[in-house]
Amino acid sequence: MEVYLDNAATTKPYEKVIDIMVKSMREYYANPSSLHRKGVEIEKLVKKARKQVAKALEVSEGEVYFTSGGTESNNLGVLGALEGNRRKGKHIITTKTEHPSVLNVFNELKEKGYDVTYLNVDKSGLINIDELSNILRDDTVLISIMYVNNEVGIVQPVSQIANMIKSRKSRPLLHVDAIQAFGKIRLNMKKSNIDLMSISGHKICGPKGIGALYVKKGTKLRSIVFGGSQEFGLRAGTENVPGILGLGVASELVKKELEVNTKKMRQLKIRLLEGIKDNLQGIKVNSIIGDASAPHILNLSFKGIRGEVLLHSLEQEHIYVSTGSACSSRKKSYSHVLKEMGLTQDEMEGAIRFSFSPDNTEEDIDYTIEKLKNLVKELRKVIGRG
Amino acid sequence: MVGDDNMEKVLIIRYGEISLKGLNRPYFENTLLKHIRKAVKEIGKIRVYKAHGRIYMDLEDYDEEEAIKAVTNVFGVVSVSVAYVFEANMDSIYEVALEHIQQCIEQDGIESFKVESKRADKKFPVKSPEISRLVGGYILKNVEELRVDVHNPDGIIHVEVRDKAYVYSRKIPGFGGMPYGTSGKAMLLLSGGIDSPVAGWLVAKRGVEIEAIHYHSYPFTSDRAKEKVIELARILSRYCGRIRLHCINLLNIQKAINENCPPEEMTILSRRFMMDIAERVANDRKCKALVTGESIGQVASQTLESINVTNSKVNMPIFRPLIAMDKMDIVTISNKIDTYETSILPFEDCCTVFLPDRPVTKPRLEKILESEKLLNVKELINQAIDDMEVIIVKADE
Repeated sequence: MEVYLDNAATTKPYEKVIDIMVKSMREYYANPSSLHRKGVEIEKLVKKARKQVAKALEVSEGEVYFTSGGTESNNLGVLGALEGNRRKGKHIITTKTEHPSVLNVFNELKEKGYDVTYLNVDKSGLINIDELSNILRDDTVLISIMYVNNEVGIVQPVSQIANMIKSRKSRPLLHVDAIQAFGKIRLNMKKSNIDLMSISGHKICGPKGIGALYVKKGTKLRSIVFGGSQEFGLRAGTENVPGILGLGVASELVKKELEVNTKKMRQLKIRLLEGIKDNLQGIKVNSIIGDASAPHILNLSFKGIRGEVLLHSLEQEHIYVSTGSACSSRKKSYSHVLKEMGLTQDEMEGAIRFSFSPDNTEEDIDYTIEKLKNLVKELRKVIGRG
Repeated sequence: MVGDDNMEKVLIIRYGEISLKGLNRPYFENTLLKHIRKAVKEIGKIRVYKAHGRIYMDLEDYDEEEAIKAVTNVFGVVSVSVAYVFEANMDSIYEVALEHIQQCIEQDGIESFKVESKRADKKFPVKSPEISRLVGGYILKNVEELRVDVHNPDGIIHVEVRDKAYVYSRKIPGFGGMPYGTSGKAMLLLSGGIDSPVAGWLVAKRGVEIEAIHYHSYPFTSDRAKEKVIELARILSRYCGRIRLHCINLLNIQKAINENCPPEEMTILSRRFMMDIAERVANDRKCKALVTGESIGQVASQTLESINVTNSKVNMPIFRPLIAMDKMDIVTISNKIDTYETSILPFEDCCTVFLPDRPVTKPRLEKILESEKLLNVKELINQAIDDMEVIIVKADE
């Protein structure tokens, strides 16, 4: 039995995604920019995929730009928006618990002279909206915030932020990293005032190497890679047609199955947590269980255990998870997210992230609980001494 | 003149110690020849042959840089030079010597030179000292800024008159040593660190064939740690051909020590197990020695006391080529042989998992033997060897 519980790292693609990608490589190989009939045919397919993504995000077709993935979407969203709005100000805001593809962009911008504020989070990983409100300035040009945190699953109050900045005279742009949110929670794009939003293919059972950036109509954005005029001049480079078609199909499917999937994943999350709590002592729960957190991520600390050792022990039982830290006794590197949430060193070392997909079953969870029960006890026996 | 149709380019390959080998000399030479041929196989069908007490390689139109790199990586090669070969006459010798000296000025910035000549073909009308004098004079006449220095020249132009004339200048050093596999076989204890690959390389350079044994504690260590060791073996195999890597899981042994023995003895007891297992596997594989990367005082298990305690576990000689080297010097070699970047990748090796806070630095053998009595040593070792995994590592895979 193989149990894959690392779906926040990447997901297994849908069969339909694989099918269209294979077909795309075999048959739809022409360049969509070519003038001949074959090119036009592919251009149509790309347009259809764009429509599928737009529909899944509840936005319009012209607001979706394909990129090479989540990292590029985040880079383009932040850097492109700042380039397009240079004169508006030098103050930018993000959180301390962003994914590196946002955090490192901000660090770079700080080096280049931007005035950067990093928002704190509380022990559940949530930002304080009052803190944000207090630091907003007239020259605040951009706020970038992740919808769902990739390590613990906390959902940030994106709609609240959007509403709060709506009424301001000099309204900053709002970029949202929705890479872990798309297909996991309801995004409510129709009502929201989000200007820019990043998504990624491989987190929604689509392909790797493809993502998209939603850019609200009228938002000024400048390209950060230079070349041809693909993607309406915003993102040069011949289109990754198999990726785009795969992303289109995956987007349609996750949107269609959203209600069913989220309900199922949340049940699995609760089942796993209950099962672990019933069988083991010394567990710290780093994820919220209810709606304030995404349904697919459960982060737990097993006290007295090194996460990586537990990870490899689980891998021997064909159970695949992730840790909060890479452990090496020479050089410790802990998760910046867990650190900001105030976990102790012991809790960070023992942190494991379980992340679910709709493909997981109750059987998977029960098998995992059973194995965990024995492994954790055994490991504690070995390490507990001395 | 250089690069003319009637001008050939050869690589002169020199080997040192082998020429002292008496009756075994052909064996050493032929082995070296075999290794050189193998090293350049990928570049093309290059002719490599013995003549005049050295080895020659016809460079033809093959990539010279690559051929030199491949040849100088072969153990036993002391140095190489690119020589031009042509029909012997003084006019051609002048021209080619001049070309060489101009190259030396451009590439090495030489300011002084001398000419050394050898006349093996006694039918050639000009005698050696005379060749040197004439060629030197010709160069001086044509290159203004250069002077002759017979005692300490920046560059030397070599002129040899044999069946043809050979003219060359720069000597590119090789690693020296002995042809690989001409000095028996040894088992290298290969960890993921900086030292052990260097130790293995140094012993291999003396012509000793290397097999390797690696200890891990999966699942307490990751598969990536093992991949790193395989990668290190792969880099070594560029010099050694393929390497047989034996992987031993030490976890059950460490668990048993952890449960039964004083925590500060964990490292020293584990090392005795490693030595014991290494010797057994070495005997099975007909290896005549063990090789470790130990260096005096580097860590707790490398004090003289500790080395005594681990040493007493085995009967086979243990080679410790780094024993008196400083870390800096080891790192320098590690960089030279290209293992450094891989060695410093941050994956946990098996020694660190159960690392005690205060390991014993001056263990007493009697006390360690007492602790060992608390363990079922024989069974633990047999089990570990039964579960051994063997990987054949080849370069460029």
